[in-house]
Amino acid sequence: MLTVAPAVASKGRWQTIGMSTSAPASTDPRIAQVIRRHGARADALIEVLHQVQELHGYLAPESLRDVATGMGLPLSRVHGVASFYHLFRLEPPTAHRCAVCLGTACYVKGGAQVAAAIEQRLGVRLDDPAGDGVWALQHVSCLGACGQAPVLVVDGELVTRLPVDQPEALAARLEASGLPQRTIT
Amino acid sequence: MPVPPQLRCCDASGCRSAGGQALRTALEGARDAAGLDPAALTIKPVGCLRLCGSGPLVACDGPGPTQLFGGVAAEHAGALIAAGISSGSGDALAAHRLDLEDPFFALQQPVVLEGCGHVNPESIDDALAFGTYAQLHRVLQELTPEQVRDEVRRSGLRGRGGAGYPTGLKWDTVALQPPGPRYVVCNADEGDPGAFMDRSVLESDPHRLIEGMAIAAYAVGAERGFVYVRAEYPLAIERLRLALQQARSRHLLGNHIDGTTFNLRLEVRVGAGAYVCGEETALLRSIQGQRGMPQPRPPFPAQSGLWGAPTLINNVETFTAVPAILRQGGDWYAAIGTEHSKGTKVFALSGAVVNTGLVEVPMGTPLRTVVEVIGGGVPDGSPIKAVQTGGPSGGCIPAERLDTPVDYESLLELGSMMGSGGMVVMGGATSMPEVARHFMGFSVNESCGKCVPCRAGTVQLAQLLDRFVERRATPADLERLDALCQMVKVTSLCGLGQSAPNPVLSTLRWFRHEYEAACREPATCVAAGGVER
Repeated sequence: MLTVAPAVASKGRWQTIGMSTSAPASTDPRIAQVIRRHGARADALIEVLHQVQELHGYLAPESLRDVATGMGLPLSRVHGVASFYHLFRLEPPTAHRCAVCLGTACYVKGGAQVAAAIEQRLGVRLDDPAGDGVWALQHVSCLGACGQAPVLVVDGELVTRLPVDQPEALAARLEASGLPQRTIT
Repeated sequence: MPVPPQLRCCDASGCRSAGGQALRTALEGARDAAGLDPAALTIKPVGCLRLCGSGPLVACDGPGPTQLFGGVAAEHAGALIAAGISSGSGDALAAHRLDLEDPFFALQQPVVLEGCGHVNPESIDDALAFGTYAQLHRVLQELTPEQVRDEVRRSGLRGRGGAGYPTGLKWDTVALQPPGPRYVVCNADEGDPGAFMDRSVLESDPHRLIEGMAIAAYAVGAERGFVYVRAEYPLAIERLRLALQQARSRHLLGNHIDGTTFNLRLEVRVGAGAYVCGEETALLRSIQGQRGMPQPRPPFPAQSGLWGAPTLINNVETFTAVPAILRQGGDWYAAIGTEHSKGTKVFALSGAVVNTGLVEVPMGTPLRTVVEVIGGGVPDGSPIKAVQTGGPSGGCIPAERLDTPVDYESLLELGSMMGSGGMVVMGGATSMPEVARHFMGFSVNESCGKCVPCRAGTVQLAQLLDRFVERRATPADLERLDALCQMVKVTSLCGLGQSAPNPVLSTLRWFRHEYEAACREPATCVAAGGVER
């Protein structure tokens, strides 16, 4: 028995592009502008994808096609890069996101317990990108804030030094950081 | 000329998250309220003041000796202003005063970090006043590229990214390639969990890094370069971009730098979340806008790197050490440290330890000094169980080996490695099979999938480790674990796969009893004298 690591993360969406028979829609002018700014150089692909994701919140199949056309690159190359890197999202993100750090320092200081507490609180599973439709919880492998471990990020805001050993204080900190209690305890 | 009193406020991301910016605003308000002129008391944002765990930190350069305060909030602003203009610190701050004579500060020897916490990372004028770019100027005006390389070779500096390759030798290799374009690349893809040295340097003293890279570019004949920074470090990216822009506007980058024929263009490239891009061949592919998949070496990047041209790749800390080496001389640097590991090393101290933060000490300092004397040991006073160095490529060093000097060879002998400098202290409550499982999960996630031993082997290792964590392993699993670790180690393509078994191997070596105790029927394993949680 051999299981293989999910080296290429989310593939589902991509198949819909290949099978699409409709004529390509016209290029998003904002994407065209991003590409122009980089002179359509092939080595700027990752930077272009970053900026397109900033525009739309994720990299939709249409956006990837626009990038490929605009940069004169095969769609396979663009999708290959977009699906390789963890920070590129191929699915629309939920409105709110929480990332809990499970780097070594946070792990030693109880990061896994923090993650479990948030799973319970939000009623979502760790690393399920769909979450409950509004909130999603993911793990990150080190934010470089090890001196303040354990830490997490709620909608872009870093929250540090969580009191893992005191459930009530922890719940209060999670509440204060904007994580709603969505399940009945 | 007496320097006017100043308050240096840490504005690196650690202290920022602890409320450092609000504190600075409050300080400015309190200064105005006290009717003081801004020139009479400077309030300056600076980079890392080291003791990240006690942030926000403020250093007070008043009329008396410098004082340092930690965990201060807006309500202390008035007292801090008073401390800045008089020499005492008053009762209000007594509980927040940090002793600069404490070993955490007293045993540090800043070389790479000498500007960290002193210069304003967003001001090139401040950096210039501190002496940054003076060595670039001297090198361009007075030294040939050969002389620069000679000085670096004499310093004995070795790559601070983890592998410890002699820096001077690498520079020579690039410089002596056939004529043609060359590149310099700074690896700032600091992905090891537990490491934050490079983030601190980028956020605290970006001009020092730029100076080091420019000197390197001159020494190897490169006219173009890149800094590859991980996207998880937004403040570091912002400050580096600003610093590059400032350096260009002062003609410290660009064409005819300092009136010479030396040209250099430096750009920032931002990663997108792939640990494997810290591996140099993967990093080069990522800079070229491709999937970050490693390639077999040779050819080494020094021979054939970016767009097929000779490419010098060094880590942030390596480049940042260069200006001090040029200023003080290679012999000065070589006199610090041990015979084979010279100079100083920056460590990021975290985990079950009293003092968490950034530490720069001479190579060869005993591990015990770093974690017990400087770090202050485990917060509840219980003994240290192990120290993890080298991240997912390193291992756990047991308490009984804490007297080992920290240098490249000694750590390798213990089955760990220097790595980039993350040091995570573990107390008695930490289960070693769980730690190994934790790292293997990381390697499974970060394997690029190119070679089978790493792609499939790490998954199999993780599943085996699950059996130990869930206490349903058998003695045969222990044998399988040993064998598979060896296989993945010797057959993987790149450093990620080759070193992925290290956390397992080192914990098997030093804490085998914990694996044995985790077998389903411990009696069937040899002498199950395990340390239970």
